[in-house]
Amino acid sequence: MENTGEPVISLRGVRADLGGRPVLRGIDLGVRRGEVVALLGANGSGKSTAVRTVIGQVPVTAGTVELFGTPRRAFRDWARVGYVPQRTTAAGGVPATVTEIVSSGRLARTGFGLFRGGDRRAVRDALERVGMADRAKDAVTALSGGQHQRVLIARALVGRPELLIMDEPMAGVDLASQEILARTLKDQVEAGTTVLLVLHELGPLEPLIDRAVVLRDGCVLHDGPPPRAVGQHALPGHDHVHPHAPGTTDPIRTGLLS
Amino acid sequence: MDFLNYAFMQRALLAAVLVGVTAPAIGIYLVQRRQALMGDGIGHVAMTGVGLGFLLSTSPVWMATAVSVLGAVLMELIRWYGRTRGDIALAMLFYGGMAGGVMFINMAPTGSNANLTTYLFGSLSTVSRSDVLAICLLAAFVVAVTVGLRRQLFAVSHDEEFARVTGLPVRALNLLTAVTAAVTVTVAMRVVGLLLVSALMVVPVAAAQQLTRSFAATFAIAVAIGVTVTVSGTITSFYQDVPPGATIVLLTIAAFVVLAALATPVARRRARADGSPGDPAECVIPAARGAGEEIGV
Repeated sequence: MENTGEPVISLRGVRADLGGRPVLRGIDLGVRRGEVVALLGANGSGKSTAVRTVIGQVPVTAGTVELFGTPRRAFRDWARVGYVPQRTTAAGGVPATVTEIVSSGRLARTGFGLFRGGDRRAVRDALERVGMADRAKDAVTALSGGQHQRVLIARALVGRPELLIMDEPMAGVDLASQEILARTLKDQVEAGTTVLLVLHELGPLEPLIDRAVVLRDGCVLHDGPPPRAVGQHALPGHDHVHPHAPGTTDPIRTGLLS
Repeated sequence: MDFLNYAFMQRALLAAVLVGVTAPAIGIYLVQRRQALMGDGIGHVAMTGVGLGFLLSTSPVWMATAVSVLGAVLMELIRWYGRTRGDIALAMLFYGGMAGGVMFINMAPTGSNANLTTYLFGSLSTVSRSDVLAICLLAAFVVAVTVGLRRQLFAVSHDEEFARVTGLPVRALNLLTAVTAAVTVTVAMRVVGLLLVSALMVVPVAAAQQLTRSFAATFAIAVAIGVTVTVSGTITSFYQDVPPGATIVLLTIAAFVVLAALATPVARRRARADGSPGDPAECVIPAARGAGEEIGV
């Protein structure tokens, strides 16, 4: 599956430290237009840090980060990027409704300008896409983990981004919400959105993913087709072990080197 | 309504209304960012400004504004760069500011600790015409920022990381929040005093959110509570010989207690209304299936 689209995200030789400890030791990661790339790896492998260098939340100590062909430091066109952070349980110190949270995503388009009727429609539309329109006026604290995650995805979609970056979108999400999320993501991908996902395991998103990049200890271990059904690909030297589903007859393979 | 016949009371009430609006208006963002005590820190730093104002025989209000803005910017910079021991740096800023105030006012020819006390706990009867002018200008700035930029400040205060990806100038907005908080401290200084100003930033917001589930409603109700307590506290202190600052703060806390007590049944009703009709509150054991499906022992 050779994709020749223009590069949307490109990391070359990226190193990053957190608290003096090297977390990324020179990784290369490229995502081209229209691709859906999953970033896999164990806890502490550096996958979240890699994504956070892309959005500029973690400074890089070496290497280059480019977004849409522009060096990250010079990149200003943030309306093209939608970001779904890892869901934290800590809510703000003041109540906020679902609509208020999703509206803040629209700032990518409005900036310091007025919030018009079209922006309100975009908020309603984003909430409908994640099936949360009926909870628009509820406080976010009244939502379940999965519903909260759907709100965060609506917040990223409301600016109609070309690139969607999601950090563990399925973590702590109930089954019903997982299905809605997978469907929402499928619609986005079909509409041509480029997606970079940090995942712990492929799970229900597996059919959508074009390519998987596996990190271990801050290095790229595998970059290629995602491990799908048994026998679909054969990577010499790769031992397909799935640590979360031992002993299943049809193991989901992550392409991890043993 | 005979208190309105006195010029000093007219000035005091105007100042009280402005404080009632501005303190909760900026305070809501501080509470949202979980920096509820930032106003208290700025209040301590502002004491140095008041002391300097006396020492240099300039207006203490403007000097306090300058010094507290500087202190607030410094606090924000400490938050960026000195993550690990930020609390120690902040403590030094707070107590250095307080000590500086006491030192400067003792060095000043016209100053005394009695003068400082009117700034520490508020003193409505001594609000001068020039003070009122300064308070009006500063309050206009605070309202313009907190209302005009409410969407941007909400986004930054709610989720800084996400706000950065929307392209908002997060650092500039953080600095603006700090500066606005510093300005609010000096607006409120003459009415409730530097040591009590933080209460008016935090407690009306905490009281309002007992009743609300949206940010917009919390903002509106917090400002309404703020104005109610500052005006009624000011009037009370006219008729009874009680200090206005302390009266206002105690009224605010009373408002919180009353609303918290009222909110419990409201929340219970809301919880019932929120649950969809098919959602039973208790566990329901599914009815036994058909006899043919019974699991044999």
